[in-house]
Amino acid sequence: MGNNLFANYGEAVAILLFVIGFGNLLLQSNLIKKIIGLNIMDTAVYLFLAEKGYISGRVAPIVTDGVQSVETYINPVPSGLVLTGIVVSVSVSALMLSLTIRLYQRYHTLDLDEISLRLNKEGL
Amino acid sequence: MAGQMEFVQNFPCFSIMLCMFAGIISSALKGKAAKWINTAVLCANILMSAAVLLFAVDKGGYYVYVMGQFPAPWGNELRVGVLEAGMALFFCVIMLLSLMGGRHKLIQEVKEGKHGLYYILTDLMLSSLLALIYTNDLFTAYVFVEINTISACGLIMIRQNGRTIEAAVRYMIMSLLGSGLFLMGLCMLYDLTGHLLMSNIEGKVREIYLAGTGSSYHIPLLITIAVISVGLAIKSALFPFHAWLPDAYGYSTVSSAAILSSLVSKGYIFLLFKIIYRVIGFEVFHDSKIVNILFIFSLMGMIFGSLSAIKENDVRRMIAFSSIAQIGYIYMGIGMGTQAGMVAAVFHVLSHAATKSLLFIAAIGLTDVSGGSRKLTELTGSGYRNKIAGVAFMVGSLSMVGVPLFSGFISKLLFSQAAVQNEGKMLPTLIVLGISTILNAIYFMKTVIRIYTPVGETEYFGVTWRENKGYAAALVCFMALNVMLGVFSQPIVDLIGVGLDSFSA
Repeated sequence: MGNNLFANYGEAVAILLFVIGFGNLLLQSNLIKKIIGLNIMDTAVYLFLAEKGYISGRVAPIVTDGVQSVETYINPVPSGLVLTGIVVSVSVSALMLSLTIRLYQRYHTLDLDEISLRLNKEGL
Repeated sequence: MAGQMEFVQNFPCFSIMLCMFAGIISSALKGKAAKWINTAVLCANILMSAAVLLFAVDKGGYYVYVMGQFPAPWGNELRVGVLEAGMALFFCVIMLLSLMGGRHKLIQEVKEGKHGLYYILTDLMLSSLLALIYTNDLFTAYVFVEINTISACGLIMIRQNGRTIEAAVRYMIMSLLGSGLFLMGLCMLYDLTGHLLMSNIEGKVREIYLAGTGSSYHIPLLITIAVISVGLAIKSALFPFHAWLPDAYGYSTVSSAAILSSLVSKGYIFLLFKIIYRVIGFEVFHDSKIVNILFIFSLMGMIFGSLSAIKENDVRRMIAFSSIAQIGYIYMGIGMGTQAGMVAAVFHVLSHAATKSLLFIAAIGLTDVSGGSRKLTELTGSGYRNKIAGVAFMVGSLSMVGVPLFSGFISKLLFSQAAVQNEGKMLPTLIVLGISTILNAIYFMKTVIRIYTPVGETEYFGVTWRENKGYAAALVCFMALNVMLGVFSQPIVDLIGVGLDSFSA
């Protein structure tokens, strides 16, 4: 168990970061901190994929010198997944930030709980 | 289903592409043109899905549609069977009717310049729902889950006020937590199995599972199953992850509320069905004990959702809280861990979608003739002022409570039959089903009695169906759909059984 953990320390760090990001997104009441949490969470997934997808000493499967042995290259799919994931997380963060701007312009605060309180008091 | 490809088999791919391109083209057009394109696309999709459904029923089983040139372990695929085609048809019909019923409110509540945007978002929403239904690739499913989330967020906040923006933020936060977990789960699954296509993953998962508890991959597999199930449960608002739901459904424009409650959460649930049968495998999922956790949460949701609905004095939020209870019913079917439970859950997806959108749209007709107030006290006698909305609300309520002739009765019947076959979970299921039905009856019948309580003099004017024909037509279609699900349930239940069998084939 301990050996496995040490050998896969990259993955362990990734999961730890994921949990930190998840907690921030869930528990922070400040919207900007929530978005930072979201980004930590998503980046942790990419770190996890990168750790899993990379084998040290091997290179990306672009054949230049005619070597076609499987031993030379890494699996390119995880890198592809990371790229797609980055695109998704960028658009989601942009949407969250624009919503945050809208809320800030209306209520002059970034505290989501306070906004909810005020909404319950004032109606629309 | 081997042999020569027939033209019909292209339709699932066409319908996804059609919606996407409609969204892209609409972005360059005015609101009116976008509306007509949206309606045309929905009608075309209904026809195409019906053709695919007929084809699938005729041929039986399923077929795989290869996207691009790469064969199975590498390429991307669609997989089409009876259940997928039927669900696509149903979703398109519900979306068309919801838009038709809420159009006059959309014109009132949303700024003129934003109407085109609304139809772009619904086009994108439909394309992502169809892709979730048809895709056979987990990562494609993740990407479309995110597209679905973004367009749902747009549908909530298109009516610009503080409430809806706050609801959209809360919706986004919960959704992102759910999709984060789903993404993590699918990355772990990819690492465990080396595949992204659902059918390829299933074989590997079974191998790992059969290797037993001694295998070093056993615990990671269980964690992965838990992470994926919880992620999708958060996204479909299973209790206790429902906090965002009442505001999002209660304050958005009525078409959005109908689409969100009846289609968006159901899209994720359908994805979960697919994952249970085609990625993890039904036996493995059942043995993993995750079902028991879902079962407990679903029972709690059924009770607490109904209790919150009873306390609520705002009719839209009351219907929204009732959704939490109904999502609980669906997860209870999944949580029973039997084939009969799954059939009941799929049927309840249909029944709840048809009923909840009916209720939202009927409720808006009643509040409109009560000076726009959503308070239950103001609704007194509104059933007389808008007759068609009153009747529709009554039909929806009776269906939710589970009166025979309507769809809700059949789902309750199926749930109880499934419970009787399942010894361990029979007692809690039947007890909670009974309590929940009584609670449903309390708040729905309370509202129905109130809207049919005569009032002498009021300052509110009534409307007749002639003043808004589209609205009346949508309500009549919804009621017909509801009664159809209730009366001709046997062939539908049989089809669901066939579809689920082809899932596990």
